[in-house]
Amino acid sequence: MSALSERLAGVKAEGRAALIGYLPVGYPSVEGSIRAMVAMVEAGVDAVEVGIPYSDPVLDGPVIQRAAEAALASGTRVADAFVAVEAIVAAGAPAVVMSYYNPILQYGLGRFAADLAAAGGSGAITPDLTPDVGQAWIEAATARGLDHIFLLAPSSTPERLHMTVAASTGFVYATSLMGVTGERSAVGGAAEKLVGRAREAGAQAVCVGLGVSTGKQAAEVAAYADGVIVGSAFVRLLVDATEPRAGIEALKVKVGELAAGVRGQA
Amino acid sequence: MAALDELTDAYEKARVDPAFQEELDRLGRDYSGRPSIITEIPRFARHCGGARVFLKREDLNHTGSHKINNVLGQALLTKRIGKTRVIAETGAGQHGVATATAAALMDLECTVYMGEEDTERQALNVVRMRLLGATVIPVTSGSRTLKDAINEAYRDWVASVDTTNYVFGTTAGPHPFPAMVRDFQRVIGVEARAQMLERGGLPDAIVACVGGGSNAIGIFDAFLDDASVRLVGCEAAGDGVETGRHASAISGGSPGVLHGSQSYVLQDADGQTQASHSISAGLDYPGVGPQHAWLATLGRAEYWAITDAEAMDAFRLLCRTEGIIPAIESAHALAGVIKLGPELGPSATILVNLSGRGDKDVETAARYFEMLPERAP
Repeated sequence: MSALSERLAGVKAEGRAALIGYLPVGYPSVEGSIRAMVAMVEAGVDAVEVGIPYSDPVLDGPVIQRAAEAALASGTRVADAFVAVEAIVAAGAPAVVMSYYNPILQYGLGRFAADLAAAGGSGAITPDLTPDVGQAWIEAATARGLDHIFLLAPSSTPERLHMTVAASTGFVYATSLMGVTGERSAVGGAAEKLVGRAREAGAQAVCVGLGVSTGKQAAEVAAYADGVIVGSAFVRLLVDATEPRAGIEALKVKVGELAAGVRGQA
Repeated sequence: MAALDELTDAYEKARVDPAFQEELDRLGRDYSGRPSIITEIPRFARHCGGARVFLKREDLNHTGSHKINNVLGQALLTKRIGKTRVIAETGAGQHGVATATAAALMDLECTVYMGEEDTERQALNVVRMRLLGATVIPVTSGSRTLKDAINEAYRDWVASVDTTNYVFGTTAGPHPFPAMVRDFQRVIGVEARAQMLERGGLPDAIVACVGGGSNAIGIFDAFLDDASVRLVGCEAAGDGVETGRHASAISGGSPGVLHGSQSYVLQDADGQTQASHSISAGLDYPGVGPQHAWLATLGRAEYWAITDAEAMDAFRLLCRTEGIIPAIESAHALAGVIKLGPELGPSATILVNLSGRGDKDVETAARYFEMLPERAP
């Protein structure tokens, strides 16, 4: 069982949902992003999703796109994600990477899995890889004891839903709405329905991503999901910060708000 | 994925439905002007080692390129699945104009994503799309060209899939697009094969330009089993493949995944897509359709890299010798013929897919040949 699965089980035993925070490695710099990720752990996220910036992030909205472009422009490499994973694990939280498929493919599936496992990572989320064409990655990840986490959308057909639930370990990533990453004023009812469908299909843990930015929204989602994934709301604080230290301070406050949310204290 | 599954399902049903094929044939005949003619170009051929050279005149289609063939098919499919809006990406604007045209014809709402850089170099096509009632959205993310327009169209689609169909312009992207677009473009080769046989026999070679690869696969497909027919795809080499400023995915790229299919991609060691460069906005794409990667691997087709300079020389030559202004995309194929002709010798027959006309490229050509004063910055 991965450190991620253990943490999710522990959180469940506390009778609440987990808070999972996403940040892209390399923004505003590799060191700066790692400092921000560690600060998130200290401020109360239960796990961290380390984004690997990609040139063509078709499932990301403008905030994460901008951060990824800046990270790439300043020379961020795939291997920088493993340094971040190591730091997060040392800070006491499980870490997974989130990467589009081509960077993993070019790094080498086996080499990527080996380096991620060696860094102490729990697994990877692959937003543009579906299990039916992802067998090679599933095998590489499984060989290193890594979780392979795939995405569900509200539009997922019953066949795809069953296939995705069956192929995912750690948790299943349920996207709350039809759209790209970014903050929304309301998360809406599609997420709850999707989580229910995933559970009926046998999913042990279902975490919900896309659109959550406030403690109140986190509390709503926490009422039915095993975890709440927050990305753009955190990234935006770093993008909007006048200087990195201020960004990290704002990030800690936001993590606190959302951590209270998943505990039903919003 | 659900949207792609739905589209695949609808397409599988449509392709075996005689009523669908009949309607598509009718539109081809009565709306876009099919079959397109074959024109022999003897004065141009004098510069090609004496080989006989024929053009398949997709430039004479309504809207000025082969793109209309595919778009009419996908727009009909959109009506069949009951959606009311189409979106499209466009590089040079040919696919965007074709989509806007089909949308006007079939009463569909239309939004076209176009890289900001391309809206500048193809300003005339932006106006054409707007005249046809489409909304054109300049894309400012990434490299601000075709690949980023595709990214933006996907982002639109995942949020609008209930009402919207994505009319994809080339034989790249996720399934079913490469297969479906090929099938809608197959008509080019089917017609050309019959037309060449009427003129005395199969050609010795077929030459077509390759960006994503839809016009090339469209003309190649009907000749795949004719082993005597050489198939040559001409990718855009920009300043030259060796300079790194090019758009030749097969000649200068490596295997990778981009936009949902595995093929050749211009990329760095980390799998980050590299910017492509070409004077032709329509070929300025860092990937290539997976069928071309397959044909290259099999050795059934060969892929050459044609520089901006070679393409523009061929562009001018066709204008001056035959009175035909080609699209700069298609001029890459003409440059390929100038190289291939001497190799094949004077007894050879070469068929070129003239995929589009050059009206949209007049300003680019004028600047290239210094026929206009430089625009104020």
